[in-house]
Amino acid sequence: MTDNVQSVGLPDERPPANTVGPIAWLRNNLFNSWYNAILTILVLGLLASAIPPFLNWLLFRAHGFDATSTVCRQDAGGACWGFISEKLRFIMFGMFPWEQQWRPLVTIAVFIALLVASCDRRFWKPWFGLVWAAGLALVAVLMWGGVFGLTYVENTLWGGLPLTIILSVIGLAVAFPVSILLALGRRSNMPAVKVLCVTYIELIRGVPLISLLFMASVMLPLFLPNGVSIDKLLRAQIAFIMFAAAYMAEAIRGGLQAIPKGQYEAADGLGLGYWQKMRKIILPQALAIAIPPLVNTFISFFKDTSLVIIIGLYDLLGTAKAALSDPSWRGFYREAYLFIGVIYWIFCFSMSKYSQKLERDLNRGHRR
Amino acid sequence: MATETRTTQGAPPPGGVSFSLSDPTFRAIVYQILVVGAVVLVGWFLISNTLDNLARRSIATGYHFLEREAAFGIGESLIDYSPKDTYGRAFLVGVLNTLKVSIIGVILATIIGTIIGVARLSSNWLIAKLASTYVEIIRNIPPLLQLFFWYALVSDGLPPVRQALNPIPGVFLSQRGLRVPVPAPDPVWANMGIALLVAIVAAWGVSRWARARQARTGQPFPAGWTGLGLIVGLPILTWLAGGAPLAMDVPKLTGFNFTGGGAISPEFFAILTGLTLYTAAFIAEVVRSGIKAVNWGQTEAARALGLPSSPTLRLVILPQALRVIVPPLTSQYLNLTKNSSLALAIGYPDLVSIANTTLNQTGQAIEGVTMIMGTYLVISLSISIFMNWYNKRIALVER
Repeated sequence: MTDNVQSVGLPDERPPANTVGPIAWLRNNLFNSWYNAILTILVLGLLASAIPPFLNWLLFRAHGFDATSTVCRQDAGGACWGFISEKLRFIMFGMFPWEQQWRPLVTIAVFIALLVASCDRRFWKPWFGLVWAAGLALVAVLMWGGVFGLTYVENTLWGGLPLTIILSVIGLAVAFPVSILLALGRRSNMPAVKVLCVTYIELIRGVPLISLLFMASVMLPLFLPNGVSIDKLLRAQIAFIMFAAAYMAEAIRGGLQAIPKGQYEAADGLGLGYWQKMRKIILPQALAIAIPPLVNTFISFFKDTSLVIIIGLYDLLGTAKAALSDPSWRGFYREAYLFIGVIYWIFCFSMSKYSQKLERDLNRGHRR
Repeated sequence: MATETRTTQGAPPPGGVSFSLSDPTFRAIVYQILVVGAVVLVGWFLISNTLDNLARRSIATGYHFLEREAAFGIGESLIDYSPKDTYGRAFLVGVLNTLKVSIIGVILATIIGTIIGVARLSSNWLIAKLASTYVEIIRNIPPLLQLFFWYALVSDGLPPVRQALNPIPGVFLSQRGLRVPVPAPDPVWANMGIALLVAIVAAWGVSRWARARQARTGQPFPAGWTGLGLIVGLPILTWLAGGAPLAMDVPKLTGFNFTGGGAISPEFFAILTGLTLYTAAFIAEVVRSGIKAVNWGQTEAARALGLPSSPTLRLVILPQALRVIVPPLTSQYLNLTKNSSLALAIGYPDLVSIANTTLNQTGQAIEGVTMIMGTYLVISLSISIFMNWYNKRIALVER
């Protein structure tokens, strides 16, 4: 059995190639096989041909913030940031009276402060609801005015970013309790309640938001008794609430389904009634699980507020499009859409990063 | 009554329901009656108001207006349509346009989304970063804004018809969209379509036969290549048998617009590009999470069994990944179909846009909105049913 033992000396191995440092990184991440090498070179070529012209347009050949449209039109090779500086206040605040535009600006600041504070889990306490209520009251005073010496501004004049934020935040705040009831109803063992909730949720989720906005703008006036009318903004808001409630109910249902049956049985065993069981045992756990999908719903909802342009409201996208219809600035759509695209992107991207972080934090207890 | 309540508390007496609020069964019935009653009451209030309002504005309810003459033109249509046709036919044109953009969009978004999803998992750093940049940018910008951008790119960014770009002979790019030469009408094209259908059926038959034979004898058969050969070869043979016609219908500039050739309108281009790129970003995430959900041990086990890499992917990884992928993919398909209603904002004549024109002309608001909602519900339900059927086919069969 000594044959098995290798008696012949192996030839010396070459020393290992560099395994750390930039060269090794390049080799491992960009050129680790022949097809990856080809792909890398192709992509680099593509980037080299696409990025310099874009940067030229964006920065190097661009016209500054003081450029007029005639100057921009003579040399169309660069972006015309004069358009943004000229139309900035219109795009951000819509037709809000010019000298009063600090009010929507403060509104935006209040909303951002509330949203950022809400991200901190130390504030997830009942008293923070009061802070929100106070913030929303402040927003109402700022936007409508009519008290404390502020001039009254009709809500038909609201527009731009505040309108986008108001539609999505108010829509969500009102839809949230409704969606909890819908989710509980869908999992209820009372057949009539269950059928009603399932029908509502599936009906709303089966049709596009536009059809709901249509319903709100052309059918809602017919639904109301003669002489009663509600304005366009409120009608759009109602459509958004109906829409958001159905989608959020599905997110919460996911949370409810993730609660083990033992929790329900333990609550029953303690002799708790249905509402006590839900309020004290089930919902606190279910909502914690449902928060990441709820944030995702909020993101898609925030993007969907742009649809109000179709029923003639001027949200951020609406004001940008209206600014483009100014004859002297027609055709500068790249600048306008890039500008508001970046605003939308900052909101949505930070929310999605937050949702991912939250998911990791909330899962920490379940991971080993 | 009071003593009865106390004795029956907690459990109903055998053989019947006690009429007491402490009895859960009875309470449930009362709650349901209350809820249904409230819904019926609200519904009755709304309907009576509506009927009242309609009577006051003397609007006739019903769908008879669908038989009246529409008297408005539609930019693009899959079936013959003129303003002399009825509202009903105009609506049908809209439904077909919605289906056209949805079906093409779903196919393209699936292809692009899969490529990007796989690219995000690539070992090539540059490719993975590029793919994730794409996903993060596209997902976080409203689809309507993207549609507006693509539409403006064509209608504002391209030259007018008279100075149309002509990158390849016969191909014209202008504000009015893309014009390409198409093969001139010839009976052979219809025959090629039939040949293609025959080839698809034959390929399906061959793959079934091959699978049965492999199960019986263990002998593999190159069903994939045979199928591909049939699907490519049979139409080409038909074309050759039909005299191999090469005549093309080339677009020509006459007056203020092109005639002849095939056209892609700016509206269709914008809605298709916008929806496809937007949905592809979401599908990429679905595909990525599906592939990541398959344990690496499955690949290793397949290698250990001696399977080459292509069957490993086809027989081991993909069937497991699809189980994770199909349910969220279904909702992405539904989203794309529902988002096609954004066409209204850029003037592509989809069903919402045509129903909108109809209800503005006739004042039949309720009928218009119910037609939109009903059509979308039918489309959504059909996609759901089909995808649920497919999901059941690939679902894990547990003992």
